[in-house]
Amino acid sequence: MVAKFKCPCFPGHVKLIETTGLTRTFQSRRGPVHAVRGIDLTVPEGEILGFLGPNGAGKTTTLRMLTTLLPPTGGTARVAGCDLAADTAGVRRRIGYVAQSSGVDPHISVLEELVTQARLYRLSKAQAATRAEELLHDLDLTALAHRPTGALSGGQRRRLDIAMALTHRPPLLFLDEPTTGLDPRSRADLWQLVRRLRDEHGTTVFLTTHYLDEADALADRIVVVDHGLISAEGTPAELKTRYAGSADATLQDAFLAITGHDLTTGTTGTTGDDPTAGSARRRTRSHA
Amino acid sequence: MTAATAPLTPLDPLGPSSPRRWSAPAADTALIFGRYARQTLRSRYQMAFGILQPLLYLVFFGPLLTHVRLGSAGSSWQVLVPGLLLQLSLFGSAFAGFSIIIEKNHGIVERMRCTPVSRLALLLGRVLRDACLFVAQGVLLVLAALAMGLRAPLPGILIGFAFVGLLTVSLASLSYAVALNVDRPQEYGPLVNAFTMPSMLLSGLMLPMTLAPGWLNAISHLVPFRYLVDGMRDAYLGHYATGAVLEGVAVALALAACSLTVGTRVFRRAGA
Repeated sequence: MVAKFKCPCFPGHVKLIETTGLTRTFQSRRGPVHAVRGIDLTVPEGEILGFLGPNGAGKTTTLRMLTTLLPPTGGTARVAGCDLAADTAGVRRRIGYVAQSSGVDPHISVLEELVTQARLYRLSKAQAATRAEELLHDLDLTALAHRPTGALSGGQRRRLDIAMALTHRPPLLFLDEPTTGLDPRSRADLWQLVRRLRDEHGTTVFLTTHYLDEADALADRIVVVDHGLISAEGTPAELKTRYAGSADATLQDAFLAITGHDLTTGTTGTTGDDPTAGSARRRTRSHA
Repeated sequence: MTAATAPLTPLDPLGPSSPRRWSAPAADTALIFGRYARQTLRSRYQMAFGILQPLLYLVFFGPLLTHVRLGSAGSSWQVLVPGLLLQLSLFGSAFAGFSIIIEKNHGIVERMRCTPVSRLALLLGRVLRDACLFVAQGVLLVLAALAMGLRAPLPGILIGFAFVGLLTVSLASLSYAVALNVDRPQEYGPLVNAFTMPSMLLSGLMLPMTLAPGWLNAISHLVPFRYLVDGMRDAYLGHYATGAVLEGVAVALALAACSLTVGTRVFRRAGA
């Protein structure tokens, strides 16, 4: 294990995500759908980035590109020090991804899923077993090791998902709406865990969420996307001051001013959502 | 990965990560195969129901043929059993796609595609499990057929299992490739029927196409399985170096190569 790199004169110098003009256009029967129109994004090491936007804004498409699941149609990106297009395998070895759907088989035990996941990252059998033990212990799942994953509660499942994403010690973790559907207690636990990963271990976190209080509580910096472009970015306080007129305003007010959407209720303001964009994208994706 | 490091501490973002190994695709395939083999062993239903349909044909249809002239040198069992074995593979493989639709909806496929695991292994691990399952079921079917009256040379029977394995690798690959592009099992079912029924009828799985009128015989030559059935029937008669066997092997290998290529491509860049 190489000693952790910290540039002494310029902390936060290492950029874990760097994109230029990142674009994704889908071809649908009704012509091209511009899901992401050119995103320039920089995420320094150790940052928790909140990636917000209304439904159909290009959030998920951006996330799928950065996690190697979807090839961009334009622009460049370096993720965790590797070029997304030229060294996809390198990116995959260095990132952890917690998707919305948890991605475990409900009939397979917690331990078996963890060990298999570690081995997918090419850990040896012995290493994988050790790593699974460590993670079970650290994420308070040891007592559940032999349960089928389908028997876990929502909060336990999310902890398992995060454990699965950490088997290979990724310096960069992607979380896609991690607390959707969780009870308040599990949500608070998860926030705690994310903070701990960053504060104590220096993990960089890229987080999408629908909950503005979550972004406010967790994110060092917020990027708002709308219609496939970045429409605002800054710390929560900066966004509140700039768009809602006061640092005491809620992030909700700022968000409404930026996008014209009310994120929590899903009602549309002045700009208007494009419901066809989402369905066309789903359709093209399923025929890709 | 030293013991001194705290479990949650990540690796250096710009440091070396786990090395690439030349043997990685083979190890990955073994890993994926193991996962799905264990899954199959856990579900006894899958083991039992797959063999039910060909077994019914064997017991309730086979005896009808024993006194019918099939235009073949051996007994009617030597004609029927190869067809039933390929039927087992045809239907079983086509239905294999259902499992991956469920996995896709759980996010399992995407979770694995996000790891550095070989894309070929994601496919091959699964189809090799299917091949093992259907060859094992084929062994049971042949044992039952021996009890019903089948007599065939052992090398011929073994060649037959190789055909079953190869056909399964091909069809299961295509099955997964198609299923990954379908969102719901309800959409996949009709596709399976639209494919399997004509394939079964037009390849002479039940009765040899030599009985068919010219036009039907001509159409059946466009269906690749026809060549596998004919080759397998020759092998069951103890004729190993015939044109039909060679054609069967060639078609089976070509089909497997194409299907694996298509399937791997889908795992590489699917909307899974």
